[in-house]
Formats: sequence, C-alpha cells, structure tokens
Amino acid sequence: MLDKNLKNKIAMIFLWGNGLVTIVILALIIGYVLVKGLPAMSLEFIFTSPKGVTQSGGIFPTIIASIYVTGLSILIGAPVAVGAAIYLSEYTKEGRITQIIRFGADALAGVPSIVLGLFGLSLFVYILGLGWSMLSGALTLILMILPIIMRTTEDALQAVPNAWRQGSVGLGATKWQTIRKVVLPAATPRIMTGIVLGVGRVFGETAAVMFTAGLAINIPFLPNEPGRTMTSHLYLLATEGTSMRTAYGTALLLMGIILIFNLGARRLFGGSKVRR
Amino acid sequence: MASENKFEIKDLDFYYSDFEALEAITVNIRKNTITAFIGPSGCGKSTFLRTLNRMNDLIEGAKVEGSVTLDGTDIYTADTDVVDLRRRVGMIFQQPNPFPLSIYENVAYGPRIHGIKNKAKLDEIVERSLTNAALWKEVKDKLNQPGTDLSGGQQQRLCISRVLAVNPEVLLMDEPCSAIDPTSTQKIEDLMDQLKENFTIVIVTHNMQQAARVSEYTAFFLAEDTNKPAHLIEYDLTDVIFTNPSDKRTENYITGRFG
Repeated sequence: MLDKNLKNKIAMIFLWGNGLVTIVILALIIGYVLVKGLPAMSLEFIFTSPKGVTQSGGIFPTIIASIYVTGLSILIGAPVAVGAAIYLSEYTKEGRITQIIRFGADALAGVPSIVLGLFGLSLFVYILGLGWSMLSGALTLILMILPIIMRTTEDALQAVPNAWRQGSVGLGATKWQTIRKVVLPAATPRIMTGIVLGVGRVFGETAAVMFTAGLAINIPFLPNEPGRTMTSHLYLLATEGTSMRTAYGTALLLMGIILIFNLGARRLFGGSKVRR
Repeated sequence: MASENKFEIKDLDFYYSDFEALEAITVNIRKNTITAFIGPSGCGKSTFLRTLNRMNDLIEGAKVEGSVTLDGTDIYTADTDVVDLRRRVGMIFQQPNPFPLSIYENVAYGPRIHGIKNKAKLDEIVERSLTNAALWKEVKDKLNQPGTDLSGGQQQRLCISRVLAVNPEVLLMDEPCSAIDPTSTQKIEDLMDQLKENFTIVIVTHNMQQAARVSEYTAFFLAEDTNKPAHLIEYDLTDVIFTNPSDKRTENYITGRFG
C-alpha cells in the first residue's frame, strides 16, 4: 500500500504533466506555424492580390471574403439564435417542446461541417439558386453558429438572478419590458462572448464555405458574389502544393486574426470566461 | 369600523400543482393601515401575500380558487390587467433586489416603463420617491453610482423608492427587514409608519416584536403539518392578538412555545 500523501503527490504530478502536455502542444503548433509563416509575412502579403498561379503576391481578397462571409453569417444568425434562446429560457415552460428544440440544437452542433457544406451546396447554391456566393456561404455557416450562440445565450439568460425579473414584474413591467430592460442588458456580456466564440468557429471553417462561397479570387462586394476564403485558399495551396510558403503565411494570419478576436472578446467582456 | 377594506379575500384556496398550500382563507385588509402576517416558516404567509398582486402567476402550476377583490373588483378574472394590478400593488422582497443600474435609473425604471420620458418629470419623481423612502439625503450626490454599491439597508430603501415611483396604492412587504441590520430595520419601520398615511401596507414578518411594533392588525397563519394546507387561525387588532388572543394556538405561538 502506498502512503496516501505519496499518492496525492503522484496524482498532482500526473495532472500537472497533463496540463503541461496541452501547453506544449499548443506552443509547438503556434511556434511551427510562426517559423514557417513569418517569412511570407509582409504588408504586401496582407494588402495585395495573388499574382500568377497564386505563388506570389498577397492574399488580400481572401481576407475580405473570410470577414465578409463571417460577418454576414453573424449578422443574420446571431439575432435568430438569441431570439430562440430568449424564447426557450424566458417564454416556455420546461417540457417536451423545449427538450426537442435543445436536442435539435445539440444534434445540429454535432453534424460534421463537410455534411453541412454538402447540404448548403445542394439547398442554397442549387435549389434556391443563390449560386456560389457570400450569401450561400453565410447561410451554411449559420447552421453551425446557431446552436453555439443559442446555448451560450441560454446559459447567459439563466445566470440572470430571478430577483431582478420579479422586481421588474412587481413594478408592473410586462414580460417583454423586463426582458429588454433588465434581463438582456445583464446577460449581454455573456451573450457577446457566445457570439465571439461563434465568430472564431466560423472564421476558421473550411468545408462548409468551400462548397458554398466559391473559390474565385476576387474581392466580394455584393452578397451574391463568390469569394475564396482564407481557409479555402489555404486548403488549395496546401493540396496543390503550389506554394507552401504562402500557405503557411495564410495559416499564420488566420490564427492571428482568431487569436486577436478571442483576446479582444476577453478584454471587452471580461469576467465571464470564454469557454470552448 | 375604523376604515374601509382595501382587499377582501373570501374562501381562498391556493395550490402548487397538487399540493394545497392555503385553505379557506377569508380576511379583509383595511385601507391605510398596516397589517402583519405572522406564523412559523412554511405556513403560507408569503404565498398568501403573493396572491394579492398575482406574483404567484409566475410559478408553474400555481392555482387560486376563491375570490380576492381590490377596491371591490375581483383581481382573478380573465380580463384583469395583471400588469396594472402589479403597479397598484407594489412589492418589497426579502432580499433587496436593486437592478444593476444607477440609483437614479433604479427609481426611474418604473416611471419609464409606464411611458414617462420627460427628463424634468423623471427627476422630480426620483427626488420625491427617494425622499419619501428616507434615502434622498444619503444618495443625492451619487445618483449615478450603481444601486448595488449601497449598503443592504440602503438597497432596501432604494427598492421601496423604486416601488413608490410608480404611485402604488398598496405595499406588500415580504420580510423586508430579515436581511438587513437593526439600524436600517429601525429606519424602515419609521418609514412604514409615515407611509401608512397614503398607502395600505401588508407586511410578512418572522419577527413578532416587529409585528407588534408596526402593525394595527395581525393575521396568524398556521399549517398543522408541512404537508397540510395552512389556515388563517386568527385575525384581529394587533393589540388583541398579542395580549388576549382567542385561539390557544395563537397564544402558544406568540408566547414562543413553538415556531
């Protein structure tokens, strides 16, 4: 029999080791991409279009396409997701219907993104005739962020003390006034955290947009125009092996943007932890 | 009869789903007086208080039978404007629950939701309400600070101002002093004494001295067992309840034999 204090020490070292492994892996990935990607990095890389068969020049149009498609999906998807969460947590009684909706959301969150991409391709691109476009890409991405934002919003609403709701209703406020003036403001930081998580998730998404947003390298202006996102660009560069240097440069920039987003969200809406 | 009735409650039964919490409550609440509800924990006094502004509606499975009238009008009809009822019958909760807003915005919240937008008018309501809740002097220089930064006793008075700001007729106080210190309790009791001039006040309290100090009428509630419905055992002038109760159970409770 081992002494319990010794066991305690072993357990601690083991768990500490696990924590260390996580950090080391993260550091390795970031370090590797940094070393390989930095040589490609320059203002020209960020702000000009690709030249030739994408070996040289920059990746500016893909950055714009990524931001465009992400922004559009959040713009349309976040209100829907937040609305659904408000309905679920403020208006309905716990029961069969809420269970079904929650189960549906969780199931949706579990669908592989390539399947969503295929679905988006057939529904938005072909059947609805939206073609390869920013809009098709954004609609497909909404399928991904809907459950993320919905569940984080629900958590956020449930964290608002009931005493505030009662105080408001007790003053003769309607349910909607209570939600709009007390519950939502109090829940906003956490809701925003959920939205930022959603942004991070879709900004780095590849399969869902490659099938739906198109691969054309151009700077999209209207939602019906196609565009190649950074992730699609990265995928094509890497698989076709045209320029690994540009591929790593794109990867570095992609990681950097997502990192800035998450850190910015933490700073802006500090207090509530950014969870994955 | 000293004054007319504000509330008349007749044969009221209250259920939480299948559990009957209150049975056959018949009592009148007199206008411009302070009525205290006393009784041991779990005897349904808070539940009963919440039937008077239909706050129990928020609880799933809550059901009321019998009748409750406010100024002679039944408040449990299909076309009762519950939102207006709750404006007329304000509520102070056990835990002070100021909103996460400034002191000013806490008080202005009610008038704003009822459609008052004029800044001068709001300023006036805020000052008057805070003055009436004996808080104005303490906070007039920091109206823009968060209401949640105040002490517990000040928070409770802020909640009272918040209710006063919507011009209620009745104040329901659910153990308003149980979470605050004795000095603040004293202030709130003094305040209640002034407020009864213009308001009808119903207070639920665990503190029998408090009931004896502040109220003119007292209702004693008791459930024989935790799984049995509570009844109104005795209702009378507070003096009578505390000096010459007619029911043995009331006497046992106020003399501290149980509860």
